[in-house]
Amino acid sequence: MWEYTDKVQQHFLHPLNVGELENASGTGDVGSLACGDALKLTIAVDSNDVITDAKFKTFGCASAIASSSVLTEMIKGMPVEEAAKVTNEDIAEKLGGLPKEKMHCSVMGREALEAAIADYKGAILPMVEGEVVCECFGVTDLEVIRAINESNLRSVEEITNFTKAGGGCGKCEDKLRDLLAKTLNEQSVIPVTDARPKRMTTLQKIKKIEEVLEKEVRPGLKKDGGDIELIDVDGDFVTVSLLGACKSCNKSQTTIKEYVERKLRELVLETLIVEEAN
Amino acid sequence: MNKTVYLDNNATTMVASEVVDVMQPYFSELYGNPSSMYTFGGQVGSALSNARNQVAELIGAHPNEITFTSCGTESDSTAFLSALRATPEKRHIITTRTEHPAIKTLCDSLETMTGIRYRITRLKVDSEGMLDMKEYRDAICEDTAIVSVMWANNETGVIFPVEEMARIAKNRGVLFHTDAVQAVGKIPINLQENDIDFLSLSGHKLHAPKGVGVLYVRKGTMFTPFLTGGHQEHGRRGGTENVASIVGLGKACELAGQMLEEENTRVRALRDKLEDGLLTSIPKALLNGSKENRLPNTTNISFEYVEGEAILLYMNQLNICASSGSACTSGSLEPSHVLRAMGVPFTAAHGSIRFSLSVYNTEEEIDFVLEKMPAIIKTLRDMSPFWKDA
Repeated sequence: MWEYTDKVQQHFLHPLNVGELENASGTGDVGSLACGDALKLTIAVDSNDVITDAKFKTFGCASAIASSSVLTEMIKGMPVEEAAKVTNEDIAEKLGGLPKEKMHCSVMGREALEAAIADYKGAILPMVEGEVVCECFGVTDLEVIRAINESNLRSVEEITNFTKAGGGCGKCEDKLRDLLAKTLNEQSVIPVTDARPKRMTTLQKIKKIEEVLEKEVRPGLKKDGGDIELIDVDGDFVTVSLLGACKSCNKSQTTIKEYVERKLRELVLETLIVEEAN
Repeated sequence: MNKTVYLDNNATTMVASEVVDVMQPYFSELYGNPSSMYTFGGQVGSALSNARNQVAELIGAHPNEITFTSCGTESDSTAFLSALRATPEKRHIITTRTEHPAIKTLCDSLETMTGIRYRITRLKVDSEGMLDMKEYRDAICEDTAIVSVMWANNETGVIFPVEEMARIAKNRGVLFHTDAVQAVGKIPINLQENDIDFLSLSGHKLHAPKGVGVLYVRKGTMFTPFLTGGHQEHGRRGGTENVASIVGLGKACELAGQMLEEENTRVRALRDKLEDGLLTSIPKALLNGSKENRLPNTTNISFEYVEGEAILLYMNQLNICASSGSACTSGSLEPSHVLRAMGVPFTAAHGSIRFSLSVYNTEEEIDFVLEKMPAIIKTLRDMSPFWKDA
């Protein structure tokens, strides 16, 4: 039996916004009966380009239904431009996670949303283009490459979990392996063109860390009545001190590791280790 | 109804209380090793031979033809590898497209194994799940080492004519194995009246515990053990016997013999009531598999335009247990290989539900399921983009 989160169960057993909007501003129709899951998403958009209503009809398993239900809740009241940025990871996260074999259900949600927005704008979906690599489920190379990049996929098995490609007869496995190798190769080129250098002097580090703390970290902490101070930088070790409400918070260790360290690694240097001053 | 309505007896069964009772002493006071010389172990040894007699009695075998194993899968692998070793020069195997994974995966690996490679013929089935006997006859050749065909299918309950097939194999000098895990205890079996060389059965499918099985090997058939080691089971399977479970399996076989008639009358009637009720009360519901050549306890029904996992989880909310051939329940992306081999369209295969009953099911339970299923299917169909309310 699958381990579904309470959130998945709740959205599956009591789905919200089931149905089809009449005179929908946009319709997204993805999946098929043969594939085992399909989703029809209809959205209503007002004159300010804000999604005012959304309804779905889904054929599929518990994760597919729950993903659809939570998606409609997420996008209601969202400007179209913002909704266009919703990823499958966002959908899965809202559900408290999905079993890895079921991630393709959240991808279906994102695809339907994209299709509905494209329909609203009268645009042609880029996904329709590309070359079909998986005949069984009709998945194109562009879809596969996109999933590899967006969800940081590292194996053919992961590609199958996210896109279903390769999950049928398995004949496209070699093609998927090639696509993966090619895409990962291209990814590793990106950091070089990125402005982020691999080696920095301590002075550069301190400057950059201060900048990131000021712009990216402090505003979040201040919202909760806290603050942060940079104490020292020694090699890759960054010592900070939490102030205000953060100081006495029993989650301070989580704040440092999950929030501060993550931000600094992302925006300054991947090797940084953040510690709290005694 | 707060009680669990268990309609998944092809997956596993409740251990009968009579079985639990006879097993009990072998966990506590009668813990001796049946191989030992003293009476304390010896009495355990006689319990094993009693169990062997009980199993032999149910399937019309001689007790010496019964070897206890750990499960049906072990019995299958043992029979296969023994047959292949008996005729090392032969490199062809005949089986069907609807076998249980215990045989299916074994064949797949024999086909792709490095070193010695086997050629596998997987017999086709028609839309009712039945075999073409001409295709079978034509497939047998000089090179055929073993034919392995399940007696009854776990998903649809469809029964294959294994006795006729075994006779054909014998006439051509080919060994015949049958995976009878689903058939034993549900339909009469008499091995004295047919030409089957190997037969596998599993304890937990007939109200004995999990972790015990049997391999029947016809007297005079060349045999090589799969698990080598001690001299247990007359040297046919090494490893100290799982005494309590074997004693339990013996009792379960005795009970199955006594209840065979009830299985084929009362249980069959309950199954038919469930099946007819669902097919009439729910539109676009289709029966999978032959209606005639079928186990008395199994029905496999497809509800079009809805997906099996979703149906099962809604049923689970009402404590009703069953299985599905849908892709999503297995973690694979394609629906059941059995239904696909039968050519069941995808529209129906994804929404297939298997109900499998036992003598412990009551009419009240069937009425409860009949009352609840239409609403479950309707709820999911109202959500489905393909369902157009007729």
